[in-house]
Amino acid sequence: MSAIRFDNVSKNYGAHHALNEVTFELAKGEMAFLTGHSGAGKSTLLKLIMHMEKASHGQVFVNEQNLSRIKPAQVPFLRRQIGVVFQNHQLLFDRSVFENVALPLRIAGYDSRELARRVRAALDKVGLLKAEQKNPIELSGGEQQRVGIARAVVNKPSLILADEPTGNLDPKLSAEIMSLLEQFNSVGVSVLIASHDLALIRRLKHRVIGLEGGRLIGERPAQVS
Amino acid sequence: MSATKTSTPKPSTSKPAPSHKHGASTSKVKFGDRWAAYLAHHKLTAADSLRRLFVTPIASGMTWLVLAIALALPMTLYVAMDNIKQLSGSWQQTSQISVFLRTGIKDSQGQAVMAQIQSWPQISDTRYISADDALKQFSNSAGLSDVLASLSSNPLPAVISVVPNLTGADADMLAQLQQRLSELPNVESVQLDMQWVQRLYQFMELGQRVVWALGALLALAVLLIIGNTIRLAIENRRDEIRVVKLVGGTDAFVRRPFLYTGIWYGLGGGLLAWVLLAVGLFWLTAPVEQLISLYGSDFQLKGLGFGNSLMLLSSAVLLGWLGAWVAVGRHIKSIEP
Repeated sequence: MSAIRFDNVSKNYGAHHALNEVTFELAKGEMAFLTGHSGAGKSTLLKLIMHMEKASHGQVFVNEQNLSRIKPAQVPFLRRQIGVVFQNHQLLFDRSVFENVALPLRIAGYDSRELARRVRAALDKVGLLKAEQKNPIELSGGEQQRVGIARAVVNKPSLILADEPTGNLDPKLSAEIMSLLEQFNSVGVSVLIASHDLALIRRLKHRVIGLEGGRLIGERPAQVS
Repeated sequence: MSATKTSTPKPSTSKPAPSHKHGASTSKVKFGDRWAAYLAHHKLTAADSLRRLFVTPIASGMTWLVLAIALALPMTLYVAMDNIKQLSGSWQQTSQISVFLRTGIKDSQGQAVMAQIQSWPQISDTRYISADDALKQFSNSAGLSDVLASLSSNPLPAVISVVPNLTGADADMLAQLQQRLSELPNVESVQLDMQWVQRLYQFMELGQRVVWALGALLALAVLLIIGNTIRLAIENRRDEIRVVKLVGGTDAFVRRPFLYTGIWYGLGGGLLAWVLLAVGLFWLTAPVEQLISLYGSDFQLKGLGFGNSLMLLSSAVLLGWLGAWVAVGRHIKSIEP
């Protein structure tokens, strides 16, 4: 069983080949890094998984669901299985931290008691329980990123995608974020992290998938430390 | 295959799960919760949409006022038409046919004619006015008793006043009736002032059409105003829509707050239009009643009434919702993460 499977996938924007015949698989419960320079196709690859873009050729499977056959009405339900952490965290500043984290649960239709319980559990996990009534704009960059992670995991997704989650953070905060993501992986969540923070990637022993110019350029298998 | 912290199987969020053996029972129990949560979310969204309108009170107030004016205009005409109808209805009852009998016939002959007319199905009432009674009435009401007294004989014929069972709209039937009456024995002439009845009805028909056309145009204006306002609201919440779509919000979920915004705009505009109309009617009541009393009519200016108020409010809400629906349908598709 795979969480993500790419089968000879290409994505073209006009004449530009953003992804070129990419084939790889992320097993359920696996954690891996996706590396490459900016423009290597990392973001395109994540967008294909989220079905924000459609593959030009080839097939993308998420939890064994073929995205080339997905109906528009099913897309929201695909996305509910995936928790996404963005580099610019994509928080909404017109509502509290609590409401930001609660958003996926409101969408999924949780009753208010269960919702509050889960939101607090997620905030507790990222160490921001005390900030629940604050506006995210009052928080530091690292805290905002942690709110983003809480929102990504609150609905207990089977897969977490992170797009440059440590992009704007100093090494200490980056390590914190990574260890958070590792904790989720340790309870069975599949995690794919796009990052060009090579120092960080080298230190962590997970599998690395390299992209360059839209092509896979080899992998580094997970290392047993 | 690995499990998350809870025992919930992962694919259950992807597809409707009732086919799973053990999932069926849990989803059944959860359906009630889900429904409650759905309703709770509607309430929350409705309240939040209303709250957002009050965050910018001046802008929202202006929109409400514009909507109120657009709604109040056709409604004013509608109420005016309603009143004219009522007024013409009271005229209707007096739209009688006067059947003038030959001079010199006996009252018994006249009574016989009346009995005959009375037996026709299209006649609702008849009244016999003898020549003597006619002279008396005339001298009393016209104040010409001196002049009339000087006449050697009664110049007035006996009259049968006939109230037909027809409305002024049945002009052909009235003409037929008139023809039939004039062919009766001992009838000198039949007088039916049809033209004013016809003119009034044509005028009312025209008026009604003007009201409908104006109403349709202004309903369109309301739709456009709300559509445009919602479009701006969507632009302002573009980021939110993107995030909601990213975390799995359905189109219905994205649409919902804007539909409520449209409903609130419609309801506010409708209420304000009602107030405008009520104030206007109140302002007009005294002069209209004075004018009417000069004509000795018991006509009373009809206000909006409960039914019309309800119609005004519900059509305002419906237009708000519809305008929002159109705007949301057009613009939300363009916002994709």
